Amino acid sequence: MHIVVCIKQVPDSAQIRVHPVTNTIMRQGVPAIVNPYDLFALEEALRLKDRFGGRVTMLCMGPPQAEEALRKCVSFGATDAILVTDRAFAGADTLATSYALAAAIRKIGEEQAVDLVFTGKQTIDGDTAQVGPGIAKRLGMNLLTYVSRIVEVDLDRRRLKVERRAEGGVQLLDTTLPSLVTMLEGTNEMRFASMEDMLRAARCPVRRWNKDQAGIEDVARIGLKGSPTVVSKVFGPTPRCEKADMQVVADSSANDVCLNLLQKIFTQHPTLEDEIVERLSV
Amino acid sequence: MSEAAKPAAGTSPRPAGRAGRNTELPEHLKDHKGVWVFIEHDRGQVHSVSWELMGQARILADRLQVPVSGVLLGGPADPLEKYAQEAHAFGADRCYLVRDPVLQGYRNEPFTKGLTDLVNAHRPEILLLGATTMGRDLAGSVATTLSTGLTADCTELNIDGRALAATRPTFGGSLLCTIMTLAYRPQMATVRPRVMPMPRRDATRTGDIVERPLGMVETDIVTKLLDFIPDADRNTVNLAYADIIVSGGKGLKNGDNFRLVWELARVLGAEVGATRAAVQAGWAEPERQVGQTGKTVRPKLYIAAGISGAIQHRVGMEAADVIVAINTDPNAPIFDFAHHGIVGNAMQVLPVLTQALRTHLDKRIRRIA
Repeated sequence: MHIVVCIKQVPDSAQIRVHPVTNTIMRQGVPAIVNPYDLFALEEALRLKDRFGGRVTMLCMGPPQAEEALRKCVSFGATDAILVTDRAFAGADTLATSYALAAAIRKIGEEQAVDLVFTGKQTIDGDTAQVGPGIAKRLGMNLLTYVSRIVEVDLDRRRLKVERRAEGGVQLLDTTLPSLVTMLEGTNEMRFASMEDMLRAARCPVRRWNKDQAGIEDVARIGLKGSPTVVSKVFGPTPRCEKADMQVVADSSANDVCLNLLQKIFTQHPTLEDEIVERLSV
Repeated sequence: MSEAAKPAAGTSPRPAGRAGRNTELPEHLKDHKGVWVFIEHDRGQVHSVSWELMGQARILADRLQVPVSGVLLGGPADPLEKYAQEAHAFGADRCYLVRDPVLQGYRNEPFTKGLTDLVNAHRPEILLLGATTMGRDLAGSVATTLSTGLTADCTELNIDGRALAATRPTFGGSLLCTIMTLAYRPQMATVRPRVMPMPRRDATRTGDIVERPLGMVETDIVTKLLDFIPDADRNTVNLAYADIIVSGGKGLKNGDNFRLVWELARVLGAEVGATRAAVQAGWAEPERQVGQTGKTVRPKLYIAAGISGAIQHRVGMEAADVIVAINTDPNAPIFDFAHHGIVGNAMQVLPVLTQALRTHLDKRIRRIA
């Protein structure tokens, strides 16, 4: 079984700081991590490899330093890793990204046919959840998003059965291989890297593909040029026209502050108080 | 943000950045007209996000002076005409109906074909979908098939010139950005439930219905929907629709202190919410997370304890009628958009506030009894 897992290297968003005056991202010192959602995809792929044998190929598009993220995945047990990296990819939106990744997966498939592609549900820096569906459509693969459980894989009959999270319930879907699965978070727990895999990861040659090696046919469809969306501005939040009606606990007793607050709220919003009372009385 | 709302008189919007970008709308796409809403329904119910979008679509369309259309795909068992009537009442001028047995229950393949074909035949300029598991699955597929731009999880939609200006949080919710699709049509966007207000329903409004065939049979479709297992009624947290929410953040320091949030919530009959940091620390369940990657809420009263007010949290709760913030830092961003602020330690203020409310409400409840 041959599984391709697509990952992205992202800045640890919990540690991103915005410059208060210029509204620019202060990247210095912000650690880059494997997009946390992608690890659920990786673990699921590794479990299938444990059961059925075969290989797990990691794929990432990004700057040269994204190699580190790929190496991390190899240390968890992935077989090998490919970094698609080229200045021509810069500025890609989700449509251009899915074009490039789909081309690379096609290329990977020339070496060994791909049975399954896994991605995370979404990334934590873009949060769009669009690249997975985009890759599936471009490759003509069956698309299974928000998968909460791989129920059954039948390699002989080339069939796949999954549970997919939907609004208000779970769909049980049956489809054929090859398919693309975007894995829901919290569905499994990432294993610990074995010493053997960690050593292997340190030595593992991460293959670097430029746009030609990745099989890009139409350069007008990658990078900034291939991106229909245009960021027209980036800005910080605007305060409401008036700042909050502030009270400082240090200035008077906490009790006075709270009583004062309640009085203000319930005077300004009399129906709110009535509704609370009504609900509590029932 | 209000800047984008101003119609740019006669000038086409000029985005910042490098030259040679996709900014000119080609001649052959200029006949795309109208604002569409994909109406999501499942097991006898329309998802309320579709009506929220309908209200937004009406505003955008009125600014562009074009009609609003709803799109309904479904099977023979779905009352699509009834849904269309509702759509008209919420502001649609027209509804496109595609009814086919293969559209009974959502599947990516037939729904992608149905929506893509409709777009190609009737050429809308804007297409809006709810950012649900169905809407995002479908939007990503349709945008790729049509090779057009899609902006996910928008928190604000405006018209700039003649183009859709879609604003969303970016960089993990630390900044906002406005994204436009200038050279491709339709311009697609998804919006999460509860981000937009529910529009007024006008039962006297009517509109027309256009039916289209799908042109697909079951044997064309590889993926089979074997079963739908509804979520067990396990008292799921209904944060999105709660009237009062008390939320806690990192400022509470530990999980024990987070109990103070629960105590205040109990006195108010409120739901409990949490920031991403509080959820990641394990103080609250993930379904209680409020913000860009959690739930969007619109309560009548939102009490934020120990929450600094980062954008990623703010976009999930700023539509609350009354926001009360308790934070030690008088310069915390939350005080820029809260209505009432208490500068103080949440661990100290919460118990006092809880007691004050209990006394106050007890008096009123006794009076009723």
